Amino acid sequence: MPVSDTVGLINHVQNAYARCIDDGKLEEWPDFFEDDCVYKITTVDNYAQGLEAGVIFANSKGMLRDRVASLREANIYERHLYRHFLGQAWIISEVADEVRSETSFIVARIMRDGTTDVYATGRYVDAYRLNGGKPKLRERIVVCDSSRFDTLLALPL
Amino acid sequence: MLEHVDRAQRDAGRAWPRDGLTRVPFWIFQDREIYAEEQRRIFQGETWNYLCLAIEVKNTGDFVTTFVGDTPVIVSRDSDGELYAFENRCAHRGALIALESRGNTKAFTCVYHAWGYDRQGNLKEVAFKEGIKGKGGMPPSFCMEHHNPRKLRLAEAFGVVFGSFSNDVQPLEEHLGEEIYSRIGRVLGGRTPVVLGRYTQALPNNWKLYMENVKDSYHASILHLFFTTFELNRLSQTGGIIVDASGGHHVSFSAIDPNAAKSSEYASQDLRSDAEFKLADPSLLQSFKEFPDTTTLQILSVFPTFVLQQIQNAIAVRQIVPRGTDRTDLHWTLLGFADDTPEQRMTRLKQANLVGPAGYISMEDGCVGGFVQRGIHGAPDEQAILEMGGAGAESSESRVTEASVRGFWKAYRTRMSL
Repeated sequence: MPVSDTVGLINHVQNAYARCIDDGKLEEWPDFFEDDCVYKITTVDNYAQGLEAGVIFANSKGMLRDRVASLREANIYERHLYRHFLGQAWIISEVADEVRSETSFIVARIMRDGTTDVYATGRYVDAYRLNGGKPKLRERIVVCDSSRFDTLLALPL
Repeated sequence: MLEHVDRAQRDAGRAWPRDGLTRVPFWIFQDREIYAEEQRRIFQGETWNYLCLAIEVKNTGDFVTTFVGDTPVIVSRDSDGELYAFENRCAHRGALIALESRGNTKAFTCVYHAWGYDRQGNLKEVAFKEGIKGKGGMPPSFCMEHHNPRKLRLAEAFGVVFGSFSNDVQPLEEHLGEEIYSRIGRVLGGRTPVVLGRYTQALPNNWKLYMENVKDSYHASILHLFFTTFELNRLSQTGGIIVDASGGHHVSFSAIDPNAAKSSEYASQDLRSDAEFKLADPSLLQSFKEFPDTTTLQILSVFPTFVLQQIQNAIAVRQIVPRGTDRTDLHWTLLGFADDTPEQRMTRLKQANLVGPAGYISMEDGCVGGFVQRGIHGAPDEQAILEMGGAGAESSESRVTEASVRGFWKAYRTRMSL
């Protein structure tokens, strides 16, 4: 497959990913991942130093579903939304069915009262399985540029 | 005259209510003069403040930059193997001496005018001290030995490094007391911690509101449904709280007792408990046995701003750094241990999901302080009520109590003369 087609495919699925979260359809969010996925939110400092633990860690799609269920049923937090702005995917490698890519993001957070802030910037460090044109995330490490998180991180990035 | 009246009214409004430890006036979370006084009397007074972990400054030349209250501090290990701590403030014009969070260095040099310090915080170099070609330079009377950043006393408890600006502070072990000291040892003693990750949670509230929350065993199973649902923490479990004699330090603990009858107290009180809630991947809560006792949760605080947490196998230290009357930084350091097996390490990574800004059981804790800070706007002279479990600040077998919160205020008021 020509590289440009892979870029297009990854960009397409990532736009859908951002739209899913920003539209509040969190129940659909785990479906962007493989069953044996890894999803992690960490800081650039932890990532650079090889420190494993971050703010969120999941190594199964079930854990992502649990995250959503907990947000819906258990956790208490002030209503808010995200607006993701994604850069173009940068393809690092494409070997057989697996694509590794990195994509910059900015996420604005809009609180219930209208307060809007740049909540996070960073990059997705990803490994996709292409699955014959339906890419799913085998691994997404959300590397936030800052190690400071304002108040809470409820919705996924 | 008018100014005089205003002043008198303001002072009257600031009198602490007379109901012992059961009332807390809201101006204590808002007043800038109180904030400044706290820095002087508490953080720079006779207290031991968490600085870092000894493993973070293991080798000669290792240093970290940290805070005591809002005062920036450097901790470094010199070639004699000892740790030293001093203000991160150049003696010359006050600039930060070290800009990085951590590193390794032979010496410290202020970037502004290149005044240099050794790893013990002694001023050793003044650029162009003798001037150039006999012109300029410092006067001959200038004595470098008299111009050092303030130094801190240091003491360690099980690899946790505490510092104090006071020369009169009691020894750390005495300050903590046996009950607190031994429970730090219960988690950290006899093994080597490993830093698994760090992050900072910026809180939109006064630092004392976070400390109140940490010490508040009453809210845990009410606000945090995740906790309750999976029976990590029910008030009817075995457990209790320990408050030290000063009131300032506390331990809240609980143990799962599989033989205890299922409590009906929650259902009857119509609290948000839902036993039907099941995890798709329950491996999150599959702990390994780490301690000889049955305690699954131990939250320990040391006055003023240190927390050591054991929630199942999620071990962390939290450092509270005040950043103004309504801003606080909460620095989390997540820990494992050198002898963890890969499976145990994985359990710790999974259980780290319980805490921090995205924590299943602590995301609410980051928010409630802000809810209070916003709620009390316009009500500086109103008061919080702390009567759950009585009026005292003693240890208790019940966790349905605000005794350790009252203990915080007991210690706070003693140090603030309020």
